[in-house]
Amino acid sequence: MTPSTLQTLPQGIEYVRILPEIVLSAFGIVIMLLDPLVDQRRSSRMLGTIALIGSLAAIAASQYQTQCPPGTAFWDMVRVDAFSIFFHIVVTTVTAVVILTSFEYMDVQQLHAGEYYALVLFGAVGMCLMSSAVELVLIFIALEISSISTYILAGYRRRVAISSESSVKYFLLGSFATAFFLYGVALMFGATGSTSIAKIGETLNAGPVPLLAYVAIALMFVGLGFKVAAAPFHIWTPDVYEGAPAPIVGFMSTAPKAAVFAVLLRVLFEAHAPGRLWLIWVVAALSMTLGNIGALVQDNIKRLLAYSSIAHAGYLLVAFAALPSSGIPAAMFYTAAYAAMNVGCFAVISHFASAGERRVTLEDYAGLGRRSPILAATLTLFLLSLIGIPITGGFFAKFYVFSAALQADLVGLTVIGVLNSAVGAYYYLRVIVMMYMREPREETPVAPIPFGLGAALAISGFATLYLGLLPGRVLEYARSAAALLR
Amino acid sequence: MAPITTLHYLVVAAALFVLGVVGVLTRRNVVVVLMSIELILNAVNLNLVAFSRIWGLQGQIFSIFVITDAAAEAAVGLGILIAFFRNKETVNVDEVDLLKW
Repeated sequence: MTPSTLQTLPQGIEYVRILPEIVLSAFGIVIMLLDPLVDQRRSSRMLGTIALIGSLAAIAASQYQTQCPPGTAFWDMVRVDAFSIFFHIVVTTVTAVVILTSFEYMDVQQLHAGEYYALVLFGAVGMCLMSSAVELVLIFIALEISSISTYILAGYRRRVAISSESSVKYFLLGSFATAFFLYGVALMFGATGSTSIAKIGETLNAGPVPLLAYVAIALMFVGLGFKVAAAPFHIWTPDVYEGAPAPIVGFMSTAPKAAVFAVLLRVLFEAHAPGRLWLIWVVAALSMTLGNIGALVQDNIKRLLAYSSIAHAGYLLVAFAALPSSGIPAAMFYTAAYAAMNVGCFAVISHFASAGERRVTLEDYAGLGRRSPILAATLTLFLLSLIGIPITGGFFAKFYVFSAALQADLVGLTVIGVLNSAVGAYYYLRVIVMMYMREPREETPVAPIPFGLGAALAISGFATLYLGLLPGRVLEYARSAAALLR
Repeated sequence: MAPITTLHYLVVAAALFVLGVVGVLTRRNVVVVLMSIELILNAVNLNLVAFSRIWGLQGQIFSIFVITDAAAEAAVGLGILIAFFRNKETVNVDEVDLLKW
């Protein structure tokens, strides 16, 4: 090799900048290779443990990245700074919690564990890459890695009709949305001559914004809005969440959303996307309203939380309409708090659902407070956090978002948001009332909480309370990260 | 005869895009819907290659990525469709109806 090609080869530090992704991919591949070699009956535990170690190693790798100087890698495709490390940690922690939840779930539902854990890890690779990518090409690839993994995982209970149906719906609408996103990327390339977000930002800032760029931003927003389940691109959400395996719903309602919000932050703020304000205003207001109204009439807890996740995407988007200096940290804090409480909710649901996911209606939760006080108490904590009650992470998440909106004089949007929070409290409280003030319908004891699930609940419960009691450190970190983005 | 400009390619791509969107929205058969999505992706490719005339090779390289991704997506999509067909014995979109409020 000539010296000049040697110079252009990636340096050691560049590999550190994609270290979490490397670790996750390696463990995913090991699981795929081991799967046919080990005994079917014992494989679930073993492969799950390997996946857990993989996700913990990825958390450690993200921590290690904080020690290294921030910078770009691989010809400016990836940039690792406080902003992307924040999302790396959110995604990898959610992955670990989901794997802990899945231990019991795979046994109870009698599912084959091999590809399941591998796909969860591969999905996490895509999400981590999404949050550090600064190139539209890489963002697209990362988005697809994460999406294709979740399409398959949604249909993982493949002998169950509703699961494979949810997978078909998710796949068709998801790839339709990706196609829109891609068309937007192609037009953006045409309008600015680059796919690097920084260069696009420079071009758009420098001269008159071509009409093509407006169309491109709108199309990209359609694609990304679908992935975060923002109205009016939310139609798929309740159906997919109802049919998909419960731990996977916990996964795909938090980690990919966090990653796509990271992409949205980069695309909208760093590229100085034109015409973003009114676009976000409308989508945020619609998401909050349609999500909360839809949730009022649901009887299935997974559907209820699906509508709630639409509403929360709306609250989060309020922060996008605010000024970058206060909006970006608020949005980052919200993704972390939402990830903690929602993944916890679905950990409880996947335990309580039992074989064949029989118990998923609100009626089934009647009297849970007496039948299993611990499950009921943890679920109550997460639901209170989703409402936004003080001392939980959800409170400060909403508080920061709405105060950021007020700083930007978005009074109308804030009023809509606060009114919606009040509506939202109704259906979350309905579940809590069900658990504590109704007689149990059946007296069969709830299965005892196994170690893995206990750990999952402990982590998400701790994170929810930590963000609610001591939000300062996380918020400071988010502020310092947001400062790098502009 | 007037030379073919970049704009001509863009118009063809836009037409393909519209055809794809209409196909996704109106066709009953999931396989045809999948083909319509591929049509949109090809519109993207055409756009990228056309813009390459102005901005350089980058667009063509991007379109190779898009082609690869389309193949992966089709493979996974047909697999999902087979799993669905085993449960419901149909590939029609309007019979994908177990889940609704």
